[in-house]
Amino acid sequence: MEFYRSHVLVCGGTPCVLEGCKGVRDALIAEVKRRGLDREVKVVETGCLGPCDLGPVIVVYPEGTLYQKVRVSDVPEIVEQHLLKGRVVTRLVGEAPQAGVVKYEEPTYLGVQERIVLRNCGVIDPESIEEYIARDGYRALAKCLTEMKPADVIEAVKKSGLVGRGGAAFPTGLKWSFTAKADADQKYILCNADEGEPGTFKDRLILEGDPHSILEGMAIAGYAVGADKGFIYVRGEYVLSIERLGKAIEQAKALGLLGSNIFGSGFSFDVEIRKGAGAYVCGEETGLIESIEGKRGEPRIKPPYPGTEGLYGKPTVVNNVETIANIPPILLNGPDWFRKFGTERCPGTKVFTLTGDINNKGLIEVPMGITLRRVIYEIGGGIPGGREFKMAQTGGTSGGCLPKELLDVPMDYFTLPEHGSALGSGALLIMDASHCIVDIAECFMRFFEHESCGKCTPCREGTARLHEIVAKIARGEGKPGDLELLDELGSVMQVSSLCGLGQAAPVPIKTMLKYFRDEFEAHINDRLCPTGTCGI
Amino acid sequence: METAAKSASICPAKVSEILAKYSRRPDALVSILHDVQKEAGYLSEEAITEIASGLDIPVSKVYGVATFYTLFSTKPKGQYVIRVCENAPCHVLGAKAIVEALEKELGIPMGGTTSDGKFTLEYTSCLGVCGVAPAIMINEAVYGNLTPERVPLILKEYK
Amino acid sequence: MKTVEELERIRKQAQAMTRLREGKETTRIVVGMGTCGIAAGARETLSAIMDELAKRNIQDVVVTQTGCVGLCEQEPIVDVIKPGAAKVTYGKVTKEKARQIVASHIVNGQVVGEWVIASA
Repeated sequence: MEFYRSHVLVCGGTPCVLEGCKGVRDALIAEVKRRGLDREVKVVETGCLGPCDLGPVIVVYPEGTLYQKVRVSDVPEIVEQHLLKGRVVTRLVGEAPQAGVVKYEEPTYLGVQERIVLRNCGVIDPESIEEYIARDGYRALAKCLTEMKPADVIEAVKKSGLVGRGGAAFPTGLKWSFTAKADADQKYILCNADEGEPGTFKDRLILEGDPHSILEGMAIAGYAVGADKGFIYVRGEYVLSIERLGKAIEQAKALGLLGSNIFGSGFSFDVEIRKGAGAYVCGEETGLIESIEGKRGEPRIKPPYPGTEGLYGKPTVVNNVETIANIPPILLNGPDWFRKFGTERCPGTKVFTLTGDINNKGLIEVPMGITLRRVIYEIGGGIPGGREFKMAQTGGTSGGCLPKELLDVPMDYFTLPEHGSALGSGALLIMDASHCIVDIAECFMRFFEHESCGKCTPCREGTARLHEIVAKIARGEGKPGDLELLDELGSVMQVSSLCGLGQAAPVPIKTMLKYFRDEFEAHINDRLCPTGTCGI
Repeated sequence: METAAKSASICPAKVSEILAKYSRRPDALVSILHDVQKEAGYLSEEAITEIASGLDIPVSKVYGVATFYTLFSTKPKGQYVIRVCENAPCHVLGAKAIVEALEKELGIPMGGTTSDGKFTLEYTSCLGVCGVAPAIMINEAVYGNLTPERVPLILKEYK
Repeated sequence: MKTVEELERIRKQAQAMTRLREGKETTRIVVGMGTCGIAAGARETLSAIMDELAKRNIQDVVVTQTGCVGLCEQEPIVDVIKPGAAKVTYGKVTKEKARQIVASHIVNGQVVGEWVIASA
């Protein structure tokens, strides 16, 4: 591939074509050639760059300088000053807001994102191990096995500050060290891909888009703690994930990147897929372990924790898909590199899934600590039809609901709980002002009643009663005292339920009561829905 | 995941073959149930009894597992199982109208099976395709960005 | 795999291969084939592209798949990477749009600006 020191992008989107970008492009090419720069500078016509009202637009890389409303007569000056002498032609940069130069970032979507976990998603063919290897795949594993001791690997993960991305935010390096220290003839690595939280599909996207990163991360974890066997528990609904993981395992085995004596290090590691059968509670680590053992996926009483007594009673590391996908880049680039992203307390990135009333529904990876407002309005493209924001639920159905007053709260694992919510799995459900709070609350509570496994009383009975009370209010049969009862029942469940399901089930209703109490009261006292949408 | 309700019951030899594939290990029960259901369409009483004796565990245990997970069914289902997501992200974007359209088009309520045994209509847990909500799954195929108007068009492919 | 050198060798080969593919001769069309893409109709899009290429007897174009890039709202998503040009990403590519993209972008070199969602 030829190397150019500078690339000049000329916008060729329809609006710019109308404004005469073709002439600008031709003039650029001619001028670059006349100056003898055509071996150093490459002129590229691209699709629409976004800022259409400023067209024709050109962007000079590597600086990322954006020139706007460029005329053919401006071209010689840009070439002579910028490309030849390296001076920015400030006259054409327009109303430079801050530093004198407008830094061009893709304003819509990929601009604000930092892609560590999703580095290969949408870029490589997920069914080709060669494409993964071409993008530095399995180099982290090679480095660990040939240059590092297991203790060094754990130390690096500890130093990176990585915390579990499944929702509980437990420090990954610390978790590994418990299992590493445990004395046992057999240890296991378990990848939790039972992504059941409504509104969450980050793990599916990673498994479908970059399955080898999970195999590599699991093998590194195995080396670090002394496990030679891994299981990936994938929910049964994820047909494509299971298919692609299966192919990836075959390919890795064929190349000897899984199997015995990898890189001649004496370390062996194998991975098996276990298919879930539709139970939300199996996302809880001990429920998941029970399920792999062929039982009902009912959570165990902790302690003992899986780290010391997990699958088949053996020390087991259970990590979420996104957590594991972070491992290879951390080991390859070092913990200090990782700490450059995100916040001091919570380094790295987070993958969010944007759903509901938002223009760019889908999935993004952004530095930890970004505000809800930036996610919704800068990356998410705002709310369809310019409608008014009502609330966002963070962390999936078991997360809290934030009103517009909290749009500027930084989102990380430590700040959101201070407002009664949680970052959880990274699901963000955006709702506009047209939705009735009671109707949404009923939808949430119906979910938990259905998904409670029934093992412990507070959750089994509590989820049913929460749903019953909210459904009554939704039908216009609520009575004074119901809201206090919801609050009290929720508190009891939070302190007495066996696992995270029952402890988290009251979170959405409690935050809704905190921020939208008047709407509930209108349903109870006036038999009236303020939004007029729930048919009361 | 079940593909089709073939015969009402599964022959013991087939169950035995599946059990052998997993070396008759009780901890493979979930995988075994997946395979048997794929073969027979659902988990019949005979199949459950057969599995229990083959693995040398109580029938109650097999039944307990079979009824714990939503992807398993102890009743026969239609040739095409339509799973409708009505979780919050789909709910917000109008899943209710999709449910109504499906019920109307097939003439059965949620949870029901058409009299010709062709379609079963049921709720599912989140399908994880919220980016194209509201969504449904027909056997193993996922359909997104649904509107009530698209429902009859999609069903036509299966009728 | 027994040595790190072996991995390096495969990596270099694979990189050379992708460079060759991305580089000079061939145009590449990449269709997002994650579950969300497929749910939004990516299979139909893909077969329309294949069909249109076959109909026009175009052989120097490679069609590959990739996972979801995360922009599910815009699915089905199709990237067109022409030799020496920046990647152009199209969104909401129905089978009709797919045929038109083949006709105007691949054959005539005209980017269909109004359907472009990103380029880099």
